[in-house]
Amino acid sequence: MSGNRERTGNREQGTGNGDSTDGWVAGARPATATSGIVENPFFEYLLRVADDRLVLGHRLSEWCGHAPILEEDIALANIALDLIGQASLLLKLAGEVEGKGRTEDALAYFRDAIEFRNVQLVELPNGDFAATIVRQFLFDAWDVLVLERLTAASNQALAGIAAKALKEAKYHVRHTAEWVRMLGDGTAESHARTQRALDDLWPYTTELFLGDAIDAEAVASGSGVDVESIRPRWREMVEQVLGEATLTVPKDGFAPRGGRTGRHTEHLGRMLADMQSLARAHPGAAW
Amino acid sequence: MVTVADSRREEILAWLDEVKDPEVPVLSIRELGVLRDVEVSGDDVVVVMTPTYSGCPAMHAMEVDVVATLARHGVPNVRVKTVYAPAWTTDWISDEAKAKLAAYGIAPPARVEADELVPLRRRAPVACPYCHSVNTIVRSEFGSTACKAILFCNGCHQPFELFKAI
Repeated sequence: MSGNRERTGNREQGTGNGDSTDGWVAGARPATATSGIVENPFFEYLLRVADDRLVLGHRLSEWCGHAPILEEDIALANIALDLIGQASLLLKLAGEVEGKGRTEDALAYFRDAIEFRNVQLVELPNGDFAATIVRQFLFDAWDVLVLERLTAASNQALAGIAAKALKEAKYHVRHTAEWVRMLGDGTAESHARTQRALDDLWPYTTELFLGDAIDAEAVASGSGVDVESIRPRWREMVEQVLGEATLTVPKDGFAPRGGRTGRHTEHLGRMLADMQSLARAHPGAAW
Repeated sequence: MVTVADSRREEILAWLDEVKDPEVPVLSIRELGVLRDVEVSGDDVVVVMTPTYSGCPAMHAMEVDVVATLARHGVPNVRVKTVYAPAWTTDWISDEAKAKLAAYGIAPPARVEADELVPLRRRAPVACPYCHSVNTIVRSEFGSTACKAILFCNGCHQPFELFKAI
């Protein structure tokens, strides 16, 4: 579908993005695409956890009124609501940790694309229903593992949000896993579309497991996840479901990255233009 | 010993039983477990609440209702404090409240399953709240609100809602 084609257009941009995360050396300040200096690593870390949810939640909300069947329209909107609710709690906490008086709304609506810290996977256009479901399943399977570890965070507020979000994420992954099976092991058409979505999206999953100095600092302080360590479990879960869905696990290779330090695909800016337009046209609007 | 603050607290909790979940009007916020506590300190009252789901859109309406209800009973200085831990669970809904849900046509939540981290498979069948048949199917994992799913009973050919166990 057109969404899939748009996606492959990112490849060149994506491959050149790894420097800032990989080039960091101990003792130096980690660089970001915005200022080059990270003043508050835990604030930065919370933005990463929050922005994945905010961006993916907004993407899913774009399906509202357009999903192939009513039940899935409701399901995608419900999952979007959970993710945006989680993002709201996390951004509120991030604003408190930053200590500069920024609210969750200020962080959601008045940052530009370069200041967002989500992985590129979640900002990609929705594509067809198969692409949306595959992206969601790949994310959900990762998300339960991340949240499970964050429930033990030394920061009590983060641990509380994670425990709540984990319940929701478990529900999501059961639903999306079921759909991956139905679509993969469905008709020739649904199988082909799902496999194509998987092939297109797979490269973007690498970034989910790339930690850098910000993550390391959060882990050291007891409030972070060593994302590399959850990869085997994620692969096991994903391979099990893909196998039942008669889908072929793609080979690893091309692996775009950079979202965690503000380097995004062209799609995020367009999405934010839509998401932020009302708040920016009418600052302080309430209803 | 029962202090003045304790009896005041009990009184306020009883008044708050009048506040219903706007999306499940058969249950009060107390029965639902959304109302966690009331803290009384002099004339100041803090009502402690927790949302069912992170993005529950009914939360704001319930907070407004709490303040309005207590104002009706002559309690002016009310503040609502939202907490997220411990995370809300349907296990807090009492058997009595579950019976009210069933009578209202919403299948009550089962006990939360033993905590499998990734439940990739579906769970036990759900009984129809109308005819009690277990010959039911899930029509939609997600329903009209975040806390419900939509099922269909093959016994009495009636769609019904299920309160999701989380």
